Amino acid sequence: MNHQREGIRSLRMSTWLGWRIESNWTDPLLFAIYSIAKPMAGALILVFMYMVVAQGGLKNPFFPQIFVGNAFYIYVGSVLMGVSWAIIDDREHYGMLKYIYTAPLNIYFYVLGRGVAKTLTATAAVLITLLFGIFVLGIQIDVAGIDWILLVLSLAVGLLGLAFMGILLGGVSLVTARHNYFIGEAVAGALYFLCGAVFPIDILPKVLQLFGQALPLTYWLEALRRAILGQGSSQLLASLSNEALLGILAGSTLALGFISVAFYRWAEHRAKEKGLIDMQTAY
Amino acid sequence: MKLRREVEVFLRTVKGRAYPRIVGLQREKSWLFFDIVLPLLQVAAFVFIYRAIQAPPEFAGFVVLGGAMVAYWMNVLWSMATQLYWEKEQGNLALYIMAPTSRMAILLGMAVGGIVATTFRAAVVILVGSLIFQVSFTIERIPELIGVFLLTLLALYGMGMLFSSLFLLYGREAWHMANLLQEPVFLLSGFYFPIRSLGFWTALGASIIPSTLGLDAMRQLLFPSAPQLGLLAVEYELAALGVLSVLFLWFAYWALRYMEDLARREGRLTVRGQ
Repeated sequence: MNHQREGIRSLRMSTWLGWRIESNWTDPLLFAIYSIAKPMAGALILVFMYMVVAQGGLKNPFFPQIFVGNAFYIYVGSVLMGVSWAIIDDREHYGMLKYIYTAPLNIYFYVLGRGVAKTLTATAAVLITLLFGIFVLGIQIDVAGIDWILLVLSLAVGLLGLAFMGILLGGVSLVTARHNYFIGEAVAGALYFLCGAVFPIDILPKVLQLFGQALPLTYWLEALRRAILGQGSSQLLASLSNEALLGILAGSTLALGFISVAFYRWAEHRAKEKGLIDMQTAY
Repeated sequence: MKLRREVEVFLRTVKGRAYPRIVGLQREKSWLFFDIVLPLLQVAAFVFIYRAIQAPPEFAGFVVLGGAMVAYWMNVLWSMATQLYWEKEQGNLALYIMAPTSRMAILLGMAVGGIVATTFRAAVVILVGSLIFQVSFTIERIPELIGVFLLTLLALYGMGMLFSSLFLLYGREAWHMANLLQEPVFLLSGFYFPIRSLGFWTALGASIIPSTLGLDAMRQLLFPSAPQLGLLAVEYELAALGVLSVLFLWFAYWALRYMEDLARREGRLTVRGQ
């Protein structure tokens, strides 16, 4: 019971701390622009690529699939960066990680909580991007036709999976000295290519298709597309029912959960052994 | 005699500040993965989007070239614009200010080191990207191509020096501002699509960012079909890049003097963890 309470308290306090760190460097207006401009720019790059080339421009039937995939992909970079960055920020920038380890808190929930602030701003960015798509770009989304159960379930399970991946990267950050600044973005960039966020994985070479099919994110984005648009983008996944998609997503998230916690424990142990918890690389 | 000594110190400072960036290429091999493989994955994603919508093959070339130029923008942003902020955080900025040398020489050294290191990375991205995606370049106007490339870098790093001066006052805002400038400039410079599709006047406005004109001109010089999608004739873009180079370097010089003075008076040169 005490452990549970400690976990919830750690999550609550680190969420608040994360929010303050994320937002208090500027006034709310600039923060809002900052939170929205980056993802919107990413979406607009796709828009212009389509406008220049695709037959029918934005009316091309392929475009809504890509736009929705890209909009939800905002979560990937934000959650991965939000969670893994907490380790780097607290250790290298503020020099506080050693104090956090001596405080009466649950470190897993603390690290997760630091990612919640980024997830909240990402949620605003995803919503604004989708609304921009509907009202400015004319993407047809039938609100009455949205499969809300599939949407909510897949979103929740997918975000949990991303949080576990963030913890995994947090573990990597604990035991590495260089380039960990980019690890969240780097992994998000690699997954962007492989999980079919902006094109169906069907057009990848066969070997890469297998990589794509091994990623939970591929199923997550497919489920979100089906929930919002009524159809997915990949022929390879077309034979899977919604329930099967959710099942694969839930199973892989569970596996990710076990792997990430086990890996983080190992990394933490190694960091303590090697004296890396308060490392300052100045890199 | 005094002038000669000043020039000597200036050049030694440039060399001294460029050295760690160049030698770092050999000492820290992990950049091969982070600076080449990962940008290539990003490039690959955009190439596959074009393939999915059956774009003409030269669009893959546009993306590969854009992907290589992204390396310079990232270098300008994270290793020029925010550099004095990092130095402040690590406690080195005060040493820079104390040193009996020109701050412009320090910034120039950073730029030279950054250009050398990034050129190597960009070249590998172009080479590997061209091989993987079978991009063919048509190089006919070599002097103009070299001129556009060099002027683009001069203007871009001049812009980086200007930002570096402006960010001297900032704490965490510097990091966030650089982060904010990343993707929007990908969009406004047309790294992955011909800039003209933004509309003529918007694209012209975006030309204040040197990579916009530089990339457009290089595409026109490297791909036979690109001039139809170009913003301006290459000659005009070359001239505009020349003007931007002079302007950015001049503004950087004055901004650095002004901001350093302001930062001294407001006591911000040694504030850390802000």
